[in-house]
Amino acid sequence: MTSTDQQTFLSVRDLKVHFSTEDGVVKAVDGLSFDLAKGKTLGIVGESGSGKSVTNLTILGLHDRDRTAIDGEILLDGKDLLTSTERELERLRGNKMSMIFQDALASLSPYHTIGTQIGETYRKHTGASKKEARARAIEMLRRVGIPQPDMRVDDYPHQFSGGMRQRAMIAMALVCDPELLIADEPTTALDVTVQAQIMDLLKDLQQEFGTAIIFITHDLGVIADIADDVLVMYGGRCVERGTKEEVLRTPQHPYTLGLLSSMPSLEGPVDVPLNPIPGSPPSLLNPPSGCRFHPRCTFTEKVAGGLCSTEQPLLDLIDGRGSACHLSLEQRAEFFADVAASRHN
Amino acid sequence: MPRFLVRRVLGALVILLIISAVTFWLFYAVPRDPATMSCGKNCTPDMLAKIRHNLGIDHPIPVQYWDWLKGIFVGRDYSGFGHCNAPCLGYSFANNQPVLGTILDRLPLTLSLAFGSAVVFLIFGIGTGMMAAVKQGKWQDKVASSASLVASSMQIYFVGYLAMYLLVAKLNILDNPSYTPLTENPVSWASGLLLPWLVLSLIWTANYTRMTRSQLVETLSEDYVRTARAKGLSSRNVFFRFAWRGAMGPIVTIFGIDLATLIGGAIITESVFSLQGVGRLALSSVNRSDLPMLLGVTVLSAGAIVFFNIIVDAVYALIDPRIRLS
Amino acid sequence: MSDTTPLLDVSGLTKHFPIRGGFPFPRTIGAVQAVDGLDFQVATGESLGLVGESGCGKSTTGRLITRLLEPTAGKISYRGQDITHAGRKRLAPIRSEIQMIFQDPYASLNPRQTVGKIIAGPMEINDINPAGGREKRVRELLEIVGLNPEHYNRFPHEFSGGQRQRIGVARALALEPKLIVADEPVSALDVSIQAQVVNLLQKVQQELGIAFVFIAHDLAVVRHFSQRVAVMYLGKIVEIADRDDLYGNPRHPYTRALLSAVPEATADETPARERIRLVGDVPSPISPPSGCRFRTRCWKATDKCASEAPPLVQVEGNKPGHLTACHYPETAETVPSPRLAKDPEAAA
Repeated sequence: MTSTDQQTFLSVRDLKVHFSTEDGVVKAVDGLSFDLAKGKTLGIVGESGSGKSVTNLTILGLHDRDRTAIDGEILLDGKDLLTSTERELERLRGNKMSMIFQDALASLSPYHTIGTQIGETYRKHTGASKKEARARAIEMLRRVGIPQPDMRVDDYPHQFSGGMRQRAMIAMALVCDPELLIADEPTTALDVTVQAQIMDLLKDLQQEFGTAIIFITHDLGVIADIADDVLVMYGGRCVERGTKEEVLRTPQHPYTLGLLSSMPSLEGPVDVPLNPIPGSPPSLLNPPSGCRFHPRCTFTEKVAGGLCSTEQPLLDLIDGRGSACHLSLEQRAEFFADVAASRHN
Repeated sequence: MPRFLVRRVLGALVILLIISAVTFWLFYAVPRDPATMSCGKNCTPDMLAKIRHNLGIDHPIPVQYWDWLKGIFVGRDYSGFGHCNAPCLGYSFANNQPVLGTILDRLPLTLSLAFGSAVVFLIFGIGTGMMAAVKQGKWQDKVASSASLVASSMQIYFVGYLAMYLLVAKLNILDNPSYTPLTENPVSWASGLLLPWLVLSLIWTANYTRMTRSQLVETLSEDYVRTARAKGLSSRNVFFRFAWRGAMGPIVTIFGIDLATLIGGAIITESVFSLQGVGRLALSSVNRSDLPMLLGVTVLSAGAIVFFNIIVDAVYALIDPRIRLS
Repeated sequence: MSDTTPLLDVSGLTKHFPIRGGFPFPRTIGAVQAVDGLDFQVATGESLGLVGESGCGKSTTGRLITRLLEPTAGKISYRGQDITHAGRKRLAPIRSEIQMIFQDPYASLNPRQTVGKIIAGPMEINDINPAGGREKRVRELLEIVGLNPEHYNRFPHEFSGGQRQRIGVARALALEPKLIVADEPVSALDVSIQAQVVNLLQKVQQELGIAFVFIAHDLAVVRHFSQRVAVMYLGKIVEIADRDDLYGNPRHPYTRALLSAVPEATADETPARERIRLVGDVPSPISPPSGCRFRTRCWKATDKCASEAPPLVQVEGNKPGHLTACHYPETAETVPSPRLAKDPEAAA
């Protein structure tokens, strides 16, 4: 069930991304590793400040190079992106790897037509003529389900509806058949019925093109719908990894469990209060010592010797499944059962 | 677009009408009688009445205003000067010269000054601003930002005299400011105006540096600029086609207003460099209570501002497709 | 006021934003029909959820109830008193009883004021002096919303998003309101924080007996918070019912589609999960479809739907109080549970 038995296509090794700001160093990503196979979808879950978006901007090399200190390796098909030149990255971006963003209205240029914006990516990477690029743009718009693509190709983004703009973004990202697509909260700004359309579209296109997708979201419901594997981030670190089934059914980290049990659902009991995670997400300027989740964790006192606040738990992976927590697996099985029971009835 | 233009031109005419009427009214609100001034010391009531009649100021103010307006469209007959062809702006109270002719004489100098310095400050201001934005936070940016802060707090009557003293009198690098029509001798046209251009541009350059930098810093952090980079476009392409495109709108707007202001006359610059442009004409007409001349200059300046506003709005719509002209 | 008088009674509530244009003399050439003929009541201490997608008019409705906007037509009664067009003076005593909580906890608090001043603000404006002084009352309120009363003198930027939303709640509670209109109060917050604020609002509602109009796009949050739920589409209520009826027996096709589109965080591989995929986008509220406004995206639409607007009524099979505006309501027989129905496209 894990991705290790397939050919690894993207490999992130011990990635550290630190920004220097006026207030100090922000450790946005602090030692992150994961692999992704072709045609698979990795869901990255995390809240604001978990480092999920920074990780993916770094993969594309879109971070602010002057203010960022980066350590580790990002291997795309064996090539280390972190040691690549800007020129080499330019050839990869939009071509072999591309990205779609949350706010399609802000992310599309208001000054150029949809057709131009899709076409210029194609021209840049294939050297096609303007005419060919336009034909390709119309073809892509048709593929993502825009009605009358030959007319809409000359529209500007503000003339599109929210859902259509996100479709156009997807068309733009896929115009060169990329092998890796990073989707950063692509449906968060959309209404649920439109979100459902967009996720279906992404799944269809993935089947068709065999694209590997990194899907970043804060919504575990979306993860359940689209991901194969899941990576849960907290405070710049990975706290849990596994297949979607493993993570959603038998979460191993108290944070994942907390996220799952704090979400209201369409089923299950309603007249009991929700189970929120106490406290707030940590500041990455001055992150908590030891386990970064420990100030909000309800199981801290179950770990002997105050280990949680002094020692960083290691991500213990067997076959791509594991978590970073000081609790023993037996303890977790015991403590988590009650919470899980209240969720799954 | 045509509908937009028609509407805006009509609006502009209304604005000019209001401005001229207000000028008229303000002029007479000040207790100063142009007839008494031109009559001199040994003035008899008869002479005064005659002068009043000749100047056309022996009627009530609304009638005078109506005569003035009519003169623009159909011409006007003066008992003292004879017929004045349309568009007639009247004759100067001070020296009896036709207003339109005088303004048209002065205008080439003012236009040369305005457009010449505009070219200079646009090139240097936008260039420096772009450099500062690209090198944001680095020493180039810090130098450009502090220099522009200093320069924009300068005053022309200080920099102007200083530059004249150093560059003309002491070092003899530049010519003494003078005006030769462009059609007569382009070389002396340029060399005579070089110093005013540079001095006038200094302050504007600083303003445009700061404006360009702040606009670009904003657009460079826009999501669509990030998307353009994520598509693999080169940084140069991203900068000019995306970031600069977004920054242009506000700069064009300010530039239109600035240019209109310059055409209305750079009073201080013209005075410092002893150039006879529209600005000094405005100044002297105020000092000499010369109503027809003052009205002429006011309508010209106001017209320039209104005209460039229309141009700016049209250009803005060309830059930004989200703006619809209707 | 008798016991049967609802706290809030809204009938025929309409808000059209005029669009001006034309040459040379601009005039009204059309209208955005943001809200078009709403009827609903809120009982004392009850929580009504308003759900719908962007542009359905739910936020406009909230602003109309709080009289931040002037209704175009219709009637709003508060405790039996018509406040539809009441002026400043008549509204003043009512304003303190109807409070609002906003979506953005960053933008809705004045950054230059201390928390104490922000929360005491409504008391100052209405010249209310609680026993023991305003400061004591503010400290009490901070305690109620789960903040440290010692943080009285801090500024909003010193708090996290969730804490700021608690400050917003404290401010709304300052005047002991009877009705709170909460416009997307948790949608800007992180998932782990949302539950904290939902629980707080629920506690406040139950313990202080405050009625809520809870506006949100998140159906799961609304289900958790509201006793009754109204579903809006393009400025109209298409269905309104008690929570269990609405979520358990949705009769309007749009309600069904909306529910089926919510992704649930379960890894259950039951393929029987219903998938209704609406095609296309919500039409423009400037020229909404004739008849039933949902018909352009509805898989059941007929000519009747285009010519005749379905009234919001208790259709056959509905329990009392369950109103649906549809000519062809979904039936429980054909669809035992909305989540078990088949994909209409796959079946076709």
